Amino acid sequence: MLTQEYDVIVVGAGHAGCEAAAAAANLGSSVLLVTMNMNTIAQMSCNPAMGGVAKGQIVREVDALGGQSGIITDKTMIQFRMLNRSKGPAMWSPRAQSDRMRFAEEWRLTLEGIRNVDFWQEAVTGLLVEDGTCVGVRTQLGIEFRSKTVVLTNGTFLNGLIHIGEKNFGGGRAAERKSTGITEQLRELGFETGRMKTGTPPRVDGRTLDYSKMEEQAGDENPSKFSYLDTPTLSKQRPCYITYTNEKVHDILRTGFEKSPMFQGRIKGLGPRYCPSVEDKINRFADKDRHQIFVEPEGWSTVEVYVNGFSSSLPEDVQYEALRQIAGFENAKMFRPGYAIEYDFFPPTQLHLTLETKPVRNLYFAGQINGTTGYEEAACQGLMAGINAHQRVRELEPFILRRSEAYIGVLIDDLVNKGTDEPYRMFTSRAEHRILLRQDNADLRLTPLAHKLGLASDERMARVEQKRQQTADVLDYLSKKPVEPGEINGLLEELGSAPIHEKTRVVNLLRRPQLDLPDLQRALPELHEHLGQYGAEVLEQASIHVKYETYIEKEHQQAERMGQLEDLRIVGRLDYKAMPALSHEAREKLLKVQPETIGQASRISGISPADISVLMVYLGK
Amino acid sequence: MTNIFSDTIVALSTPPGAGAIAVLRLSGPAAIELTDGIFFGRRLSEQPSNTLHYGTLRNGEAILDEVVVGLFRAPHSYTREDVVEISTHGSDYIIREVLALLVRRGARLAEPGEFTKRAFLHGAFDLAQAEAVADLIAADSALQHRVALNQMRGGFSRELKDLRQQLIDFAALLELELDFGEEDVEFADRSGLLRLLTHVQTVVQRLLRSFELGNVIKNGVTTVIAGRPNAGKSTLLNALLNEERAIVSAIPGTTRDFIEDEVSLEGIKFRFVDTAGLRDTTDEVEAIGVQRTRQRVEQAAVVLYLFDLVTATPAEVAADTAALPVPSGATLLLLGNKLDEAKPETVAAFQQQFPDLVLLAAAPRTGLEELRQHLLATVRREGLDASSATIVTNLRHARSLEVAGEALVAVQHGLTSGAGTELVAADLRAALRALGEITGDISSDDLLGSIFTRFCIGK
Repeated sequence: MLTQEYDVIVVGAGHAGCEAAAAAANLGSSVLLVTMNMNTIAQMSCNPAMGGVAKGQIVREVDALGGQSGIITDKTMIQFRMLNRSKGPAMWSPRAQSDRMRFAEEWRLTLEGIRNVDFWQEAVTGLLVEDGTCVGVRTQLGIEFRSKTVVLTNGTFLNGLIHIGEKNFGGGRAAERKSTGITEQLRELGFETGRMKTGTPPRVDGRTLDYSKMEEQAGDENPSKFSYLDTPTLSKQRPCYITYTNEKVHDILRTGFEKSPMFQGRIKGLGPRYCPSVEDKINRFADKDRHQIFVEPEGWSTVEVYVNGFSSSLPEDVQYEALRQIAGFENAKMFRPGYAIEYDFFPPTQLHLTLETKPVRNLYFAGQINGTTGYEEAACQGLMAGINAHQRVRELEPFILRRSEAYIGVLIDDLVNKGTDEPYRMFTSRAEHRILLRQDNADLRLTPLAHKLGLASDERMARVEQKRQQTADVLDYLSKKPVEPGEINGLLEELGSAPIHEKTRVVNLLRRPQLDLPDLQRALPELHEHLGQYGAEVLEQASIHVKYETYIEKEHQQAERMGQLEDLRIVGRLDYKAMPALSHEAREKLLKVQPETIGQASRISGISPADISVLMVYLGK
Repeated sequence: MTNIFSDTIVALSTPPGAGAIAVLRLSGPAAIELTDGIFFGRRLSEQPSNTLHYGTLRNGEAILDEVVVGLFRAPHSYTREDVVEISTHGSDYIIREVLALLVRRGARLAEPGEFTKRAFLHGAFDLAQAEAVADLIAADSALQHRVALNQMRGGFSRELKDLRQQLIDFAALLELELDFGEEDVEFADRSGLLRLLTHVQTVVQRLLRSFELGNVIKNGVTTVIAGRPNAGKSTLLNALLNEERAIVSAIPGTTRDFIEDEVSLEGIKFRFVDTAGLRDTTDEVEAIGVQRTRQRVEQAAVVLYLFDLVTATPAEVAADTAALPVPSGATLLLLGNKLDEAKPETVAAFQQQFPDLVLLAAAPRTGLEELRQHLLATVRREGLDASSATIVTNLRHARSLEVAGEALVAVQHGLTSGAGTELVAADLRAALRALGEITGDISSDDLLGSIFTRFCIGK
């Protein structure tokens, strides 16, 4: 029993590992999930939140594909906000505050509910590799588990080194052991490795905070959610609070600079520019006299509070003294100090677009070991690695998403083709097709693909079909329904929009930026009555289509042009060295990345259009 | 694999430079339809494959050229797509006009090697052939490289780089709002952005205008010397050529009854064409010569009408110049020759009737400097100084600038009409993409880099 051969072994049970295990098992693979500690499955190591700008879109995509993160977030959130509501729908980004303990519990219960998932609590110290193919793992106790594929999701644990002031010690997270052996073995197998750094802020006792000195940030009045399935919406929510640092805080922090592991050069790994520590902020932007602090509750009932924006690796006493100068924190007691952590990662240019490694067959990487940061980025990689490991086991087609199909496609394509020097986080600006990749249509974009794989349920697919059909019906109705000037000019005047002089169609009015569908429904009783049969989601979808029509069309055209090149697969390993017509740089890069399609090759930095032409000519057989 | 490309490409298939004829090739689903739109002759869409057709190319009412069109329907063509080959006369002006016309109607200028690429992708080659073609393509891009180097000397890429950086900074401000709107960031000052846009637009438009001049620089100003026999045309040409040591080249390889020579004046190439004399004649051979002279005049950018101050009369000059088919946009300069032999009162009479008359004496070489200045003035109409300004010489670059210009108009419109930032950003990215076709692509890393160096981001 202990040594049965599995289809997929997943090492690590964070966001990536959990999604990988769930996806492979739900597709029908037998899965062993190996974790160092079964009590810390699906830990939120940093802030107690899911989603955000671009990240929220990813969670919606994971859900549309049949992943679990959206459902679990919906079940365990304590606050929901749709960010960027004041901007256009392509920018709307769901974000939830989570109950940290409930989130982890729900993930564990979800995994326990999947029949094909087995668990083993132990540290993996090495991989079983035969003839360049991964065939299992070896644990600290010396047990060898064999499998057809292995997914590594080690997060920050590989040779993790925690820094607080002048102290440092090995660890994968505060109070958890680091993991050694895997990096060393992979390096011997020819993998390149690097070091990255990230950090986390202190946690404080909510009972000691004076919220009256802070601004309250409540959840949305009508909270939405992440999953396209029937998960619950929130009926009550917990607020967050906003406060600010000040010059006094900065002065105290500066007294710790000489003991800062970052400024003194003890930290070698590169940290993310968009998630700087508070000392980094005051050092680099010295002219700013205050920085925003988000005070986030860690759950429904715990008093523990997360001090978002105050990430620090300064000595704990400096953190403490500085904290107490913040408005509302005068009497704060600290539960845990902030810290920085350095860890091993594997430059992701060593991966195929399936997340399988190039040096070792049947071995997949997902999450922070690929140089990314964020729960959402990790979760979606785990999902994709889990799917592709299963596809490999069954000898089925790999599952790859395009840049025009999903943020997930953008993320993996960026990682594999461009690599990354700092922890990679998703931004909407990374996507060429931002108008297409919206949180409202992740189901329309992706569920049909996942349904074909067998990961998205028939129920999901039926919902998508219905949404698509009804949206088309509404659009058809809007484009035919006439409006007389007398019916509408009153409303147009009220909203500061030019009056019409002759009969027009509803769709023409809806195109105006000042008008929304509810406005028109208010003025046109017949319209209101007809649309009454449709749900809010369908009406919103139709409305977005009208508003974005020309831009959607433009981006589709652009995506199509890109897609033509994506259809041209490069089969097998080409001998780029024997192609004198390629530039020297192109030969080197192509040799290193081994692109799978012409489109992918065209996005490698240093590859010119002329190189692509040459490549295409060489490709013929 | 059929019809994997949805767009139609066009390019000059014969080497650039003055040949007797030039062949433009279109390939793609709209090749026949696009040609039908400008070709007057048989309707190509109703003709069988592998046939030749004679007719005229027109831009609206204006006839551009008499041409022969070859029709090759898919898959019976080089690329295996619908292909049309248009044989025009070998005038750079005609080629440029026809290309521009087709591009405006929806064709796209082909990338180097793109016809071959399509041919290959449609399975027209086996591997051995493909490898031979690959070498050709590499040679193609080496040529491109040289062209690019030349343009760097003109400051083209430097000016575009500045422009690109300004736009990236602007785009970064918008991306900042979109990606970090929830954080404590300052928002872009829209009026400042509009001012920047106006400035960038000015530069783009100026570069676009310089395209005309750029073409002149690249291809030379066709300058036709016309006049009655013995007015001194050859003497004048010789004087200009001998005076200027910097003769670029005598155009080789063409048999002609015209003498063509190139002279560089302050870096601008003038291609002088001496013509047979203009006069009414009954002699059949000479009549053909006169007819050809008229054809050359029709293609000229500058027409120098030279007459003999001693023997000509103002009435004769007026009649001759009125009969010259000088194209619109071209410049006609009247040159009174043999100033040294003419009576002052005769000269005065001419000057009275033709105030812009340039007086010279070709044989003793007087008045040539004034003529040179007049010639240079014809290409400086746009107020451009060829020696220092950035010049666009490449039609593809001009097209990219046009697309960028249109996208920038959309950005300005979006900003003033209160369109969503994500839409403004989309148009701005389109502008950056268009410029990227000239300067190299921008990546999202460029935008993010710009953001992170300037703003304190992150919780």
